[in-house]
Amino acid sequence: MNTIVHLWNSLPLVPQMIIKGLAVIGVMFPIGGACSLIERKVSAKMQGRPGPNRAMPFWFAWVPVLGPFLQRLGLFHLMADGAKMFFKEDSLPGHVNKFYFLLAPVVAMIPALTTVTVVPFGAYLGDGGQLVPLVLANLDVGILAVFAVSSLGVYSLILAGWASNSKYPFLGGVRASAQLISYELSMTLSVLPVFLWINAPGGTGSLSFFHVVQAQSGTGLSWDGAWFIFYMPVSAVVFLVSLFAETNRLPFDMAEGEADLVGGFHTEYGSMKWGLFFVAEYSHMMVGSGMFILLFLGGWNPLPWLPLASLVGWLHHVTGWAFTVAPVFVGVLSIAIFLGKVLGFIFGFMVVRWTVPRFRYDQVMKLGWQKLLPLAIGNLIFYALMIAAIQLNLGWPTYLALTAGAIAALAIGLIVPRRQRAL
Amino acid sequence: MPYVIERKPLTLLERLYIPQIIAGMRVTLKHFVSPNVTMEYPEQRPAIPAGYRGVPTLVMDPNGREKCVSCQLCEFVCPPKAIRITPGEIPADQPDRAHVEKGPKAFDIDMLRCIYCGLCQEVCPEEAIFLQNQYSMTGFTRAEMVNDKARLYELGGTLPDEHFKWDKKKAAAEHGNAH
Repeated sequence: MNTIVHLWNSLPLVPQMIIKGLAVIGVMFPIGGACSLIERKVSAKMQGRPGPNRAMPFWFAWVPVLGPFLQRLGLFHLMADGAKMFFKEDSLPGHVNKFYFLLAPVVAMIPALTTVTVVPFGAYLGDGGQLVPLVLANLDVGILAVFAVSSLGVYSLILAGWASNSKYPFLGGVRASAQLISYELSMTLSVLPVFLWINAPGGTGSLSFFHVVQAQSGTGLSWDGAWFIFYMPVSAVVFLVSLFAETNRLPFDMAEGEADLVGGFHTEYGSMKWGLFFVAEYSHMMVGSGMFILLFLGGWNPLPWLPLASLVGWLHHVTGWAFTVAPVFVGVLSIAIFLGKVLGFIFGFMVVRWTVPRFRYDQVMKLGWQKLLPLAIGNLIFYALMIAAIQLNLGWPTYLALTAGAIAALAIGLIVPRRQRAL
Repeated sequence: MPYVIERKPLTLLERLYIPQIIAGMRVTLKHFVSPNVTMEYPEQRPAIPAGYRGVPTLVMDPNGREKCVSCQLCEFVCPPKAIRITPGEIPADQPDRAHVEKGPKAFDIDMLRCIYCGLCQEVCPEEAIFLQNQYSMTGFTRAEMVNDKARLYELGGTLPDEHFKWDKKKAAAEHGNAH
């Protein structure tokens, strides 16, 4: 063990980074693939059918219990699908702009894989009991980097839609661009209160996700032990809705629109080029739900008011085993907690998919611009005033008055604009 | 007569949208944990209800005798002309059918043409042709999809008979009244 650590530390920085990056991609891709299988299985269960459970290499049937189990699980459908995508004829329609047509799936993958680098997915106890984040690049601008890079994702949809040179992809591309741009605003505005809160004047400021999780890792019944979703619920809801819109998931799948646009921007794509769009979409989903968990659901902390460090300390205290505080164990534990939350969140994506009917395109725009954006702005103003009031120590009457004012404003906003039909 | 449905304006709770979504998600999750409603077909087969109109077959009477007398009514009534009958005489080596007037020499039903309408069963005066409960009919060639007489009897088997029409006719003939 020590020799491995020694060998690792003696490696130059660049190979270290490359190995780390490959390791993360090596975990991301199978999980992305597994998500597509989970999606099929979960969708099937929600519709009262068993889902994929047939494919199996014939020799695998000889494995006693595991063989039939994996067959029922549909694991080989996943592999068959992947293999199919790799070996299918990669058709290139004659009427497309070849350069941009080929460029679009590549452009789709770049933001999908780049945003992963700044999302921490775990932490371990370093020397002196300090939590050290497990992240490829612990950028100080974390959230800004994610927003900046992930909004590049829309270029791939526009490129794909435009270069395909036919009407359904074109409509899909136009819709995608309008939708992603509208919801990006609400999304960004909705997370600002979180960063206002943790970067209160006087401390060192940071926009990194690690900092956000640290701000949710208080012990006891202290204020910062609660996750942000508890005292910034509106932010969380706006962020969540924007997240659905940004990842093109139902009920916001305007850009793909199987019902009305065949496949939207990827109508003309096939085989692995289509597969790349697919993987990119799932990566966006995973990064997006990872972001939501880091920002509002306490990251790798198992429960509110029970941060990772306390859990590990408690484990060490109860069992007395030395390895429970070893960096490897803590790191794996934190990754497991985080991934568990991400997978639970993706399950939530699927439940929503089979619950909420698709919006019409004008409803999507109306919801984005007329509902979420004012809500996000109002929310930002409320938290700005609240943080200022707390900083100035104005006392509870002021806080309560501010909260009452916000609720009154929300109620007026809900009741007054009754001229247009409700969404 | 057209009438206008009064649509109530949404309540505040409904316009908030989120409680409604959560209620919907609860329904979805209820379906998620409830048992499947589908059947895994090749392993599990549905129970076929009585009166099902499956593949048309020829049946024998309880004494194992051919019932069809090759009257060709089914051939005439068949809308897609799927039935082709070649009438023939009763073979001499079947004394228990000697009083029957005719029998089919060949009887083919082209299942690529058959529309499962059941008119052949309805028109048959001998109750010799029945649409039974076989619902899956597949083949690799066109020839395979034509059921010949042997195949039709194999599919049809024996059905109970209440009339034994030709036994009665035979008994009547032996008593001297030919009708």
